[in-house]
Amino acid sequence: MEPIVVNNNFKSEEYFINMGPQHPATHGVLRLLLTIDGEIIKKVEPDLGYIHRSIEKMCERDSYQQIVHLTDRMDYLSSNINNEAVCLAVENALQLEVPERVKVVRTIIGELTRIASHTLWWGVTGMDVGAFTTFFYGFRDREMINDIFEETCGARLTMNYNIPGGLMFDIHPNFVKRTKEFVAHFKTKLPEYDALLTNNVIFQHRTKGVGVLTKEDAISFGASGPVGRASGYSCDVRVHHPYSALDKVKFKEAIRTEGDTFARYKVRIQEMWESLSIIEQLIDNIPEGDHKVATNAVIKLPKGEFYQRVETARGELGVYIISTGTKNAHRVKFRSPGFSNLSLLNHISVGSKIGDLVAIMATLDLVIPDIDR
Amino acid sequence: MLLSITKNIHEWLFSLMPENVASIVEMTIIAIIYLTGFAVAGLFLVLMERRIAAWFQLRRGPNRVGFHGILQTIADALKLVSKELTGTIKADKFLYNLAPYFVIITALLALSVLPFTQDFQAFDINIGILFLIAISSIGVIGILLAGWSSNNKFSLIGAMRSGVQTISYELSVSLSLLTIVLMTGTLQLSEIVEVQKNGWLIVQGHIPAVIAFMIYMIAGTAETNRTPFDLVEAESELGAGFHTEYSGMKFAYFFLAEFINMFIIASIATTVFFGAWLSPFGITESIPLLGIFWFLAKTFVIVFLMMWFRWSFPRLRIDQILTLEWKYLLPINLVNLVVMAVIVWLGLTIQF
Repeated sequence: MEPIVVNNNFKSEEYFINMGPQHPATHGVLRLLLTIDGEIIKKVEPDLGYIHRSIEKMCERDSYQQIVHLTDRMDYLSSNINNEAVCLAVENALQLEVPERVKVVRTIIGELTRIASHTLWWGVTGMDVGAFTTFFYGFRDREMINDIFEETCGARLTMNYNIPGGLMFDIHPNFVKRTKEFVAHFKTKLPEYDALLTNNVIFQHRTKGVGVLTKEDAISFGASGPVGRASGYSCDVRVHHPYSALDKVKFKEAIRTEGDTFARYKVRIQEMWESLSIIEQLIDNIPEGDHKVATNAVIKLPKGEFYQRVETARGELGVYIISTGTKNAHRVKFRSPGFSNLSLLNHISVGSKIGDLVAIMATLDLVIPDIDR
Repeated sequence: MLLSITKNIHEWLFSLMPENVASIVEMTIIAIIYLTGFAVAGLFLVLMERRIAAWFQLRRGPNRVGFHGILQTIADALKLVSKELTGTIKADKFLYNLAPYFVIITALLALSVLPFTQDFQAFDINIGILFLIAISSIGVIGILLAGWSSNNKFSLIGAMRSGVQTISYELSVSLSLLTIVLMTGTLQLSEIVEVQKNGWLIVQGHIPAVIAFMIYMIAGTAETNRTPFDLVEAESELGAGFHTEYSGMKFAYFFLAEFINMFIIASIATTVFFGAWLSPFGITESIPLLGIFWFLAKTFVIVFLMMWFRWSFPRLRIDQILTLEWKYLLPINLVNLVVMAVIVWLGLTIQF
């Protein structure tokens, strides 16, 4: 591998710092090359590749059923939604109509995944700005969702619950009861999040007006998910291109216009409320029926190009499959939200302090395996 | 009673050997007592912090080693003592090795003037408060040395932050204590306690004293480099800040010093605002030995307050820390000082 050539055209007073690949604030093996003047950031260069596993290349080797398992390892915090993306792409290519039950369960599981991801994000955001207690509060609620997942499919993080054609198993008899319990529980706990962190004066001072991203920049950098929506860019795939059972539910797209770190924070808190409302609308009437439709043991997609987009907890995940009609894809490309969101880090953090950079990275909600793949 | 015991030991020692030798032996004994107390207090505070943090964070904390985890910190200390001391090759060896001692010795020195109970004070000088303020500002040199000599940019940033922060907040600590000194008219800690027999100074000085106490608590938390002012370590920004490159016992010195400094800040608050070893309403005045209990009880309430800060607040940013001090605390403090002067001049203090 070519060594990274660090730009040595430093002005006087400026110095270079290596943030990562092992650093508490990068939440993984992201390496940031920082040019700093005292505490003020002059330049941020992300250096990727520390956790590259050539997932896209492996997708050309494996069958379509196997690809699903690889997507768990991209954005591991919204693995269910990643799985769903590939399954939807394959089902669309086969023009396979899955039962209503599958659609509803997929949507519920997807929203639960989103809440689980956001609670973890909330915990580590608090930790990044120096409040350790949030981490444990976030994990308390995430644990309940993980228990539901464990009961449903046996796994807590890399679920593999979706398969092309439906779900691997039917839902557990306890699923509805426990999900309802969780919704009731989380409704009382979300205000606690506000009391502990959102309304804290220090937190608001740390985040308001920091890392401002304008709507134009959000669009031109390809920002999606909460990052784009905090800048007033309506980009929720669930609203604009509904998939699974999302066209049956009513929810408000969380949008703010400030574009700063605090807006990104508030958008995610708002999204948790919306996800709860989506779950509530669906949980009581999960249609009866099969949990999958039969597919061939060897799935062969028709010749052509297929694209499916879903809204993960981090933003828009696109799955692009080129098929030549064989059992393997000719080319698979993932449009991951983290990569585009990372690209604007330099743009919004130049001129702020080291502490701000950490807060900005926290609300970009970077998951490094999603960026590197 | 305590006085008579110490007096007896003192006379016995001096009758036994020549005067010079006797005073050296006496000093050594006192030093050993303080060092033991220091180690025990440090270990206890670490345990207390961990249990309280656990309590705030919906977990149990250390509860396996010994009764309710009481031996946990001792086990940790033993581990740190037995660890190999590693360091960076390019470190400035002399300063690198010197830094932890600076921090720990200043923390120890400050303990010597604290009035734990009647006549139980190693070093009762007439400039007690001045001495405490002077000693607490030396500690920062150790932190600066550590950051500078480690040859690590993250350490250096941490150390520089520490320098800026400690020098700024030194002013607020001194001024808020000065506000109280206006009422007592003395810097000697034993006399400050004496004055409080007519009511604790926070009551005597009512409004300005309460303001001074609040400013003292904010500035004191900043002095000890704890959340919300823990920029020096700033785990998510700098890894571990100035002590990144330290291991084993040298790291333990920094770690213990932080806790002892917290204890000292709380003790000064107890002494100056809450009547040190005096019992509330004089309920146990006849038993001076209980003074130690009252002193520690009040101190630990304030220590608990500081732990509460730590486990519920996020961290401030460096420019916000300076804004808070220079634009808010310092002007308020100066006005408060004048108000207190007027109150003392007009005799508006509350006396029982």
